[in-house]
This record gives sequence, C-alpha cells and structure tokens, in this order.
Amino acid sequence: MAEFQVFNRTTGDHFICQEGQSVLKAMEQLGMKCVPVGCRGGGCGFCKIRVLEGDFKCGKMSKVHAPPEAVEKGEVLACRIYPLTDLTIECVLLPEAALAKQTTTKTLR
Amino acid sequence: MKKGVMRPGHVQIRVLDMGEAVKHYTDLLGLIETDRDDQGRVYLKAWSEVDKFSVVLREADEPGCDFMGFKVVDEAALNQLEKDLVDYGVEVEQVPAEELKDCGRRVRFTVPSGHAFELYADKKYTGKWGVSSVNPEAWPRGLQGMKAVRFDHVLFYGPELAAVYDIFVNVLGFYLAEQVLDPEGTRVAQFLTVSMKEHDVAFIHHEEKGKFHHASFFLDTWEAVLRSADLISMTDTSIDIGPTRHGLTHGQTIYFFDPSGNRNEVFCGGDYHYPDHKPITWKAEDLGKAIFYHDRVLNERFLTVLT
Ligand code: FES
Ligand SMILES: [Fe+2]
Repeated sequence: MAEFQVFNRTTGDHFICQEGQSVLKAMEQLGMKCVPVGCRGGGCGFCKIRVLEGDFKCGKMSKVHAPPEAVEKGEVLACRIYPLTDLTIECVLLPEAALAKQTTTKTLR
Repeated sequence: MKKGVMRPGHVQIRVLDMGEAVKHYTDLLGLIETDRDDQGRVYLKAWSEVDKFSVVLREADEPGCDFMGFKVVDEAALNQLEKDLVDYGVEVEQVPAEELKDCGRRVRFTVPSGHAFELYADKKYTGKWGVSSVNPEAWPRGLQGMKAVRFDHVLFYGPELAAVYDIFVNVLGFYLAEQVLDPEGTRVAQFLTVSMKEHDVAFIHHEEKGKFHHASFFLDTWEAVLRSADLISMTDTSIDIGPTRHGLTHGQTIYFFDPSGNRNEVFCGGDYHYPDHKPITWKAEDLGKAIFYHDRVLNERFLTVLT
C-alpha cells in the first residue's frame, strides 16, 4: 500500500499518511496536533486546511465549511481528504488559535 | 406550570450520507428503522418507545438539526398551546398531518436562539419494539450495538437564552431544572424539563444561531455506558469524550460523533426533578467541573465543535 508524506507548512511538521487514510486520522495516529481535531466527520469545519501542493480525493464535507469555491482553492477539511500524492498543507485556523477563535461565549471561560 | 407538553417526541437530523448514517444509528446506537418516505428520509426509534419513530434522518449537504418535536397530551392542549404561542408573539407555521408519515399535524415555531421546535398530539402508536404489552419480557432480543433505550434530549447552542427561557417556561410550561450563571448573574446555560427528568431540552449560550450540540439517548446502566465505549472503539467511531460523569444533572455519559460530524450522547442515571424543586445553579467559574465532574477542566472541543 502506498504511503504519502504530508508537510504542514504552518507548523513545520511532517507525517506519513497511508493510502486511503484521511490526513487528520494519519496525524492523530502519530500523536501529532498540528491540525485542530473536531468531529472527524466533515461536519464542524475545525480541521480546515489549505492544500498548497499535491493531489487528493475528497469525501463528503459540509457545504457550509467547504463550499465548492473554497474547495477549488484547495481549502478542504483534513478529516475528509485522502492523499493521492505527497501533500503540502497549511492551517487555515492556527492550531492553538483555532479553538480560541471559535465563537463560544467568552462568558463560558 | 404544566400546559400539556408531555415529552420529547422526535428530532430530525441532517446527515451527509444516508447509508453511513443509517448504519451508525442502527448498528452502533441500536435504533430500529421503522420507515422511509418519498423524500428519502429514514425513520428510526429506540426499542422502549411506544410511537412509531423518534429520530428522522434527512440527507443534506450540511449536517445539523432541522427541528425537535414535543408530543402534547391531546388536540385540545395543542390548540391552546398554539394560541398561547401566537398571543405571546411567536410566529407559528402549520405542518400538515402526514408530512412526517404517521404523524398528525405539527405546530412549528422558531425560538430566538435560532432553533425550530414543533408540537404535535398524534403519532402512530406501535408499542414497544420486540416486547408485548401483556406480560412483557424484560427486554427484546435482537437489539444491535448500544441498544439505546429511548431518545432522551437535545442540547442546542445559540444566543438569547433569556427569550428562549420565557417561551419554554412561561408559554410551554417547562421548568428550569439546572442553570449556569456567570459572575454577573447572566444565565449562560439552561436545562429545561417537562417531566421528572433533569432535562428534556437544554441550551448553552453561543453567538451563532441555530447550532446543534448533541442528541442524547438513554441507557439503563453504567455498565451499558462502558459497553458503548467498547463499541465505539470496536467500530473506530469518532469519540469526543468519556466515559465520565457530568456535574450538571450528574448523569454518566459518553459522547461521540455520527459519520457526518453530529454529536451523539448515550448516558445513564442523572438526578430527578419535581415541580416544587428549585433550580440547581452551577457557577460559570466552575464550568469545568459542571460539565465533566471527574476531569474538572474545560474540554475545548466539547464547547466549540458543533454542527
Ligand atoms: S474535524 Fe470536523 S470537519 Fe474535520
Ligand atoms: Fe446530554
């Protein structure tokens, strides 16, 4: 089975992704945290990344978080993309900032 | 004061892929498929429920929750509640009988948090699944996965909790069972009940309208919650957090996601509520413990990942 290298340009991290495995799952399995993890189902938009180089297949993603115009530009959800070549990605939301940036009430913190 | 709203009756959940979703809700959660309609929606129920369905799945390109429905005691109560909503200034929409198969007319309205609710009086009574109503056995054989006992409650995220409270408590006759207050005394979470349960529906303050946090299903025992955790691993299902205990309601719980990223909960236990009970208050400063009683720290994903 083929293996692909994923390089996260935002954080400088590299990890291996197996053929048929989602980028987010590959990252999680290696205990890395360079992309924020939410629902893992293409529904919440937490794991949004921009693919700068490389080819991939897409699973179903929420249109709200991955509208067709954005997908065209390589803005996709890491939990729903499956590399076909090595990939260079960058975070759309910074990993640490990602959670803090969401709109949940400041009152709850 | 009770106004005739009886219990949570159904929830319609949007999913990205119907095949994957049905497999999740039946094979893993243990719901039973009871029907499908010409819009492609799939109807499901948990075994101990007496009506035909409680969960409706609709394929869409964005996951989340379309609406939650409450069953009211009878048509007279439905008419009165409809009138009360209109008098209170809530816009109501008529959904004709059979728009959902084997369900009577529904009165739909949207509350200021951006969530749609429905009231209805009639749905086909099919009885508990797999057990007789005469000399029933303890439980039915042939249940799958977690063997969810019943659809229990929904937690929504949205703004304007005070206005939502007014509609649920003053118009619909719910009681505030538990709340979270911030240091200024503003209610940032409200757990509302029309029954002895600690909550039939709950809201947490969030700027964006109409967000869905989770739909929850009841299990009998802590053992069943642990077994559910095993099944989540066996099926490589996306887990959120647990098994653990909540401070709020004191229920024992585990959270996970359906294949479209909607959060589910299965839980057991929890406190009870009578109409003479005063609300329980948790301080927002202690929200970590209020939500996850053992960890006592806020879990960011639990607070912020929504559909
Ligand atoms: S983690 Fe929710 S969309 Fe990827
Ligand atoms: Fe819950």
